Amino acid sequence: MGPPGLFPMLRYVLIKFATLVLLLILVSLTVFAVLFVLPGDPAQIILGIHATPESLARLRAELGLDRPFFTQYADWVGNLLLGRSALSIHYKMPVFELVASRLAVTGPLALLAMLFAVAFAVPLGIYAARHQNRPQDLAVMAFTQVGLATPEFWLGILLVLLFSVELNWFAAGGFPGWAADPLGSLKALLLPAFALGIIRAAILARLTRSSMLDVLREDYIRTARAKGLRERTVIYVHALRNALIPVLTILGLQLGQLLAGAIIIENVFFLPGLGRLVFTAIGMRDLPVVRDVVLLMAAAVVFVNFLVDLAYAAVDPRIELH
Amino acid sequence: MRRFFQNKNFTAGFVLSAVVVLAAAASLLWTPYDPNRMSALERLEGPSLRHPLGTDQYGRDTLSRILAGAVNSILVGLVTVAIGLLLGVALGLLAAYGGKAADEAIMRLADLLFGFPAVLTAILITSILGPSMVNAMLAIGIFYIPVFARLTRAVARVVWEKEFIAAARASGIGELAIVRRHVLPNILSPLLIQGTIQFAVAILAEAGLSYLGLGTQPPHASWGRMLNEAQTFLDTSPWMAVFPGLAIAWAVLGFNLLGDGLRDVLDPKMARIR
Repeated sequence: MGPPGLFPMLRYVLIKFATLVLLLILVSLTVFAVLFVLPGDPAQIILGIHATPESLARLRAELGLDRPFFTQYADWVGNLLLGRSALSIHYKMPVFELVASRLAVTGPLALLAMLFAVAFAVPLGIYAARHQNRPQDLAVMAFTQVGLATPEFWLGILLVLLFSVELNWFAAGGFPGWAADPLGSLKALLLPAFALGIIRAAILARLTRSSMLDVLREDYIRTARAKGLRERTVIYVHALRNALIPVLTILGLQLGQLLAGAIIIENVFFLPGLGRLVFTAIGMRDLPVVRDVVLLMAAAVVFVNFLVDLAYAAVDPRIELH
Repeated sequence: MRRFFQNKNFTAGFVLSAVVVLAAAASLLWTPYDPNRMSALERLEGPSLRHPLGTDQYGRDTLSRILAGAVNSILVGLVTVAIGLLLGVALGLLAAYGGKAADEAIMRLADLLFGFPAVLTAILITSILGPSMVNAMLAIGIFYIPVFARLTRAVARVVWEKEFIAAARASGIGELAIVRRHVLPNILSPLLIQGTIQFAVAILAEAGLSYLGLGTQPPHASWGRMLNEAQTFLDTSPWMAVFPGLAIAWAVLGFNLLGDGLRDVLDPKMARIR
């Protein structure tokens, strides 16, 4: 069987894209519906318990909360598509600006975490694969088991205990802001990124190992060895490139998840990130913020899944294109 | 049984998780102190003979609270996996044998659920239903439905192609009876393996929710909640932050290893691919 022609590939992309759009519509509907039934009246929360019924009704009308479900939904989606931002009830500023400022924390945090993860996982995975079933391999596997079992927020707390409380090398939390103190900001992200990264390194190291083992069984590796290439060249030039494909896939998926999944670690380190924004917004019933952020996070996950599907189809012709 | 204990993962996992289960069972009958008993005179004490793991800000005995917290974690694991199994297996079987429309609908629904970031959605759900242990279990359990549905569908389809199914059909047994008598017993081991691993994931997830204040509510002991409280006293009473975390890691490690061991023994093909 030859490589897939252009037409089936295009068809595949179109089908996947249609699925993506459908999923996004379903996701947005679900998000909206869930928040629609969220108990706690935003108007009541804004005005407090002593508000008069008239002022409550006025604010509800002002916020558009008294209109039917689908009108509100259409309004929300329409505005999003036109790039018009809603106002946050609590912060009194456009949600887009709010999200952008928080992404400036969570984005670098997620990237840094993945950097740590790869820096640990790939060498460890290769090392374990090269020493398969020997004590070195068992040691790496034991490390990954412990990593998988450790709650990242506990690791975060332990890091604070060691590096902030005992050694005083880092602040115990908080974020100075990129504009005010770029270096201090980067430093504030190091411990949380390490906590997130090292846990993910456990998963990635196992994956690198098993993927490497699979590749090392391939014929072309045997050929490379038979040609008399040095083991180093075989591993790092011939095997690694192919072994990393599944690793990169999972890395992509994890990055999407991390944008949303950093909520707990942001709470441990008091970082003003996207996760903490939505966490506090849920508590304050700041629905415009919750809606947009939840949709953004879900869209990120769905979109990354879409990209991964495409990348897989492009790389691996065995994936069925229909 | 020998076959299981020859596997290192299984043996280690069995021992670790047995300790958790025994601790939980024992705590129902006896703990060194009442886990909720406060004592103003014994606040924030370090580990000692009287309180081997120290006390917290209310003078409650940490060891007793960790033992009581084990009950909590095991309950969460059991209930969430039960939710996932009950609904997931039913939906998975429906997707596998219920025709193309049912299959499409169920699998897209699973895609939809997988699209939502788990932690965030769990937070949303507990905010809607109100923070409590039961609601935390629901929030986690919902995500297990697609996990088990996909697994059931995949395995059930493979089983359906097997010759003994064809034989059963040829002998005139009804479809439902075939599913009950021949399919379910054959998909039991993958479900058991996955269930054990999801059990461990649930313990982690509940700890996270409780850390955020959305899971088990005070004064009930939960490992995640204890870590949250410990963070306030990090500079004066660091041990408060150590032991509950160790308990979580211990339990999760135990059930993970148990799951891996079960897979090694029951499903050697999967174990090799992994």
